[in-house]
Amino acid sequence: MSPDVMPEAQVAPTMTEPGNKTDRAHSRARAARRRKIAVMAARVLLLVAVLGLWEAFSRAKVIDPFNFSMPSKIWDQVYAWVMHGTAQGPLGEQIWYTLYEALLGWVLGVIVGVVFGIVLGRITFLADVLGPYIKVLNSIPRIVLAPIFMIWFGLGPASKVASAVVLVFFPVFFNAFQGAREVDRNLVANARILGASNRRVTLQVVIPSATSWIFTSLHVSFGFALIGAIVGEYLGATKGIGLLISQSQGTFNTAGVYAAMVILAVVALAAEGLLTFAERRIFRWKPTGSDS
Amino acid sequence: MSADISPAIQLRGASKIFRTPSGGLHTAVRELDLTVGRGEFVAVVGPTGCGKSTTLTLVSGLEEPTEGDVLVAGEPVRGVGDKVGFVFQQDATFPWRTVLSNVMAGPRFRGVPKAEAKQKAREWLARVGLAAFEDRYPHQLSGGQRKRVALAATFVNDPEILLMDEPFSALDVQTRALMSDELLELWSGTGASVVFVTHDLEESIALADKVVVMTAGPATVKQVFDIDLPRPRKVESVRLEPRFIEIYREIWESLGEEVRITRERGAAHVA
Repeated sequence: MSPDVMPEAQVAPTMTEPGNKTDRAHSRARAARRRKIAVMAARVLLLVAVLGLWEAFSRAKVIDPFNFSMPSKIWDQVYAWVMHGTAQGPLGEQIWYTLYEALLGWVLGVIVGVVFGIVLGRITFLADVLGPYIKVLNSIPRIVLAPIFMIWFGLGPASKVASAVVLVFFPVFFNAFQGAREVDRNLVANARILGASNRRVTLQVVIPSATSWIFTSLHVSFGFALIGAIVGEYLGATKGIGLLISQSQGTFNTAGVYAAMVILAVVALAAEGLLTFAERRIFRWKPTGSDS
Repeated sequence: MSADISPAIQLRGASKIFRTPSGGLHTAVRELDLTVGRGEFVAVVGPTGCGKSTTLTLVSGLEEPTEGDVLVAGEPVRGVGDKVGFVFQQDATFPWRTVLSNVMAGPRFRGVPKAEAKQKAREWLARVGLAAFEDRYPHQLSGGQRKRVALAATFVNDPEILLMDEPFSALDVQTRALMSDELLELWSGTGASVVFVTHDLEESIALADKVVVMTAGPATVKQVFDIDLPRPRKVESVRLEPRFIEIYREIWESLGEEVRITRERGAAHVA
């Protein structure tokens, strides 16, 4: 693709020599368009090449088709799940279960994390007292709590929600805490001079200025919520994508594991898109380009 | 002392000592005596970093004096009072609020009903010439426009005491002169007492009734000069009057010495 583009880029300067302004703008716009197309084409090409090689190697038995499966089989598996449902019920139900657990865990974790973060950020005494304990808790790899939650809350959604909550809580907490701590002192002083009470300062100055910190953590933490739900389901569940993975693994259905991964990726990307959309609406007051 | 005849602001032997992060003590102001009459415009000039701003935070109630008394309208200051307005050096508009909402913030914080607050805010926005910008966010405005928002947000509270901490120092020279004129105009109708901190001597003479010269840090009052230039003044033209230049020379003789001391200290510190 790129050989097509290069000569065009080199021709452009000679075209501009007559000094025609619109001409120059034109060729620049065309070069930009061409670049975009080239990038897209290269992306598609890369995907086709990887999938094609995988398929070809697998069919030619260069790699073991039983262990590594192949794209066509994965596609067949996704198709079968979509059309005929999975062993434990329709595919939509599995997705919904996982999403429900992840979302519930995420929302709870975010609420608790934000509340704790803001409160500790505002009340230095509490932060000093609880600081070391939070550090210790944070140093535990929290995924190991999933089996304990399984024992406490059983096979139902509760244990998955709990693992999602503990995974989500910490990043959100630390960001909210940091956000509350780094509030512009001038803004707080200004609010107090204008007549704001302590409560008003927290609600109308600290929380709004901490939102950009909190939102950064929301992106990361939704991924964590999904991990919590999936691992929980993997350890033991009656429904969900995690169960799909563990059953496919149990029956040596490699294509099934990959297919579940594909479905998960789609779900995660959709959620990410929704979050970005919400962020744009909330941060209308921000200059564009200051935050990704 | 009855509240009616007491001066707007009185500092009596006020000192402020801060604890630095490294554990040391830093005296920002010491034994400060200063009186500001009702409706008086007082400018405080001094070398950079001498503790001028601390004087304002003491009067506003944001900080308490370590020693001495600070009185506003004859009453000792306890916490942030509702008589005080403060225009900060840095931008202190709330970036997530629209211009209108920024100006409404003060009245809303003080419990004024929404409709009334909105109406008052619109009046002040019109007075600072930003009526057409009420739906904008601060980042969409220029520095001068943001300063106007800050002025409107301060004046809308009808402050009896107006504290200004180098409010125009971040603006370019032309905008600064324009804003100074606007400030004088806005102020003239209110009868508020003003303490205006600056390191720009010209600005202070052009604006004030009284110029207070501070010593090099820790700051205390060195000398007070009455400015007998007639009002109303236009900042740009008053600068060229012979009397202005005379006053400037007189005050600079006093201020220049402190500036030199500060500079020498800085040099010694670097060496």
